[in-house]
Amino acid sequence: MSLLDLQRGFRDYILSGAPEIGPRLGGDPAAGLAVYHHAYRAQLFAGLRDTFEKTWAWLGDEGFDAAARRHVEAHPPSSWTLGDYGEDFPATLNTLYPDDPEVAELAWLDWTLRRAFDGPNAEAISPEALAAVDWDTAVLTLVPTLKVGEVATNCAAIWGAIAEDQTPPAAEPLPQAAAIRVWRQTLSPQYRTIEAAEHHALSLVLAGEPFGGVCTTLSEGMDEAQASQLIGGLLASWIQDGLVCGAE
Amino acid sequence: MREPTLPTFQGFGLGLRPPHYQDFLAGEPQVDFVEVISENFMVRGGRPLHVLDAVRERYPVAMHGVSMSIGSADGVKLDYLKRLKQLADRVRPLWVSDHLCWTGVEGFNSHDLLPLPYTEDTLKTVCANIDRVQDVLERPLVLENPSSYLTFADDEMTEWGFLSEMCARTGCYLLLDINNIYVSGTNHGFSPEAYIAGVPAERVRQVHLAGHSAGRGLLIDTHDTPVPDPVWALYELASRRLGQVAVMIERDDDIPPLGELLSELEIARARANGVRGRGLAA
Ligand SMILES: [Fe+2]
Repeated sequence: MSLLDLQRGFRDYILSGAPEIGPRLGGDPAAGLAVYHHAYRAQLFAGLRDTFEKTWAWLGDEGFDAAARRHVEAHPPSSWTLGDYGEDFPATLNTLYPDDPEVAELAWLDWTLRRAFDGPNAEAISPEALAAVDWDTAVLTLVPTLKVGEVATNCAAIWGAIAEDQTPPAAEPLPQAAAIRVWRQTLSPQYRTIEAAEHHALSLVLAGEPFGGVCTTLSEGMDEAQASQLIGGLLASWIQDGLVCGAE
Repeated sequence: MREPTLPTFQGFGLGLRPPHYQDFLAGEPQVDFVEVISENFMVRGGRPLHVLDAVRERYPVAMHGVSMSIGSADGVKLDYLKRLKQLADRVRPLWVSDHLCWTGVEGFNSHDLLPLPYTEDTLKTVCANIDRVQDVLERPLVLENPSSYLTFADDEMTEWGFLSEMCARTGCYLLLDINNIYVSGTNHGFSPEAYIAGVPAERVRQVHLAGHSAGRGLLIDTHDTPVPDPVWALYELASRRLGQVAVMIERDDDIPPLGELLSELEIARARANGVRGRGLAA
């Protein structure tokens, strides 16, 4: 048996538990095989618990482990880093908890904050550079860790309460559709619930629309004072939050 | 191409683990070097690299990986090696190590250190992979003996025989994990003393000390307890054979306050000095 065939057989055993490689093993291999079968799963469960810590707290050990088991059996890892494992765990939770949308949303928040934690560095724009910007034509560059996701529940409030060791509120739908932006400011991952107008504005900026165009689109159907208050407020909060790293 | 000689480093160190980041950033723990898990720092930015850069300013760093899969029959992965090289260029480590094992094949990654049959066929695969790694990293590779829970019917040589041949053919170096020798020896019924007598001592650059636990009929390499007596005894035996090496305590679970690990490291220092002292007296 070639090394390649042996490794394929071993992989299939780890995944399925069918001991086809048994005859190729020395001594009494049952206990040893069981160690590898177990260690593979234990490692992935630990990885999921680590990445999806708040989701784990929300579901409790039993609920979380059942979901993790389902996920691990259906999704063998392929990346060299365990940190990449679980990107599609929110989708698994969506299937398992169709009537509790906050579960998958919490998991999305856990995942996205973790990605922001060790995502690319970027420096926020300096006050001097800001002063020189021509806002009509400037295209804003936002920090590379920024991600925006739509949410229908109070998952952010739940996540925040768990993070502060407080009793989380009951899950409930938001009165209107909203979004959460996740990013990292210097070394600290951050998140903030945003309204539809900001979500729209961020989508335009991320699509490369010059700031002047973003303002025009956003101002449609508003009087001028309203519009400039809205846009001024958004820009101020983006700068304050360290989201903007360039404007040219 | 024969790889250049890897300089030795004599000292006593610890693994850099998240519960101790603050200790290493705030104070000056008395260790001669630290070892980091490479994959934890093969990231784009943020706190991990910030911590690593700060620690590197104060300590020599050994890079220790878990995902190279040097025994994969379908070869080592170039994208992984390039990321590892990037980190090595940033850290300028004492050396880069991984394990004699395979972790996956054909796109599957188990994230576990899986055992290899010790055959000429495996040796060819491993040596070809080591040549490739050493070419890409532009430095010699250091490989650690794993703990294992299985042997293969096709085995043609002992693990220490395999290690010797591997070093001779590729010019790579060894990280000798004393606990893994004890665990595998107990599990598979070979003599840990014969193992220590059989490894090419001049290729050993680093030593791991750790604890294990008893599973069903097998010892398991859990790294969640202090170093137990039989591992200390083997360590003393190894210290008689080894030259200048970097010794460290590996603790990955139930991680105690840093002070406890520093005390354990003092034991390692004292035992090595005791052996050397007796050697001199004799
Ligand atoms: Fe080790």
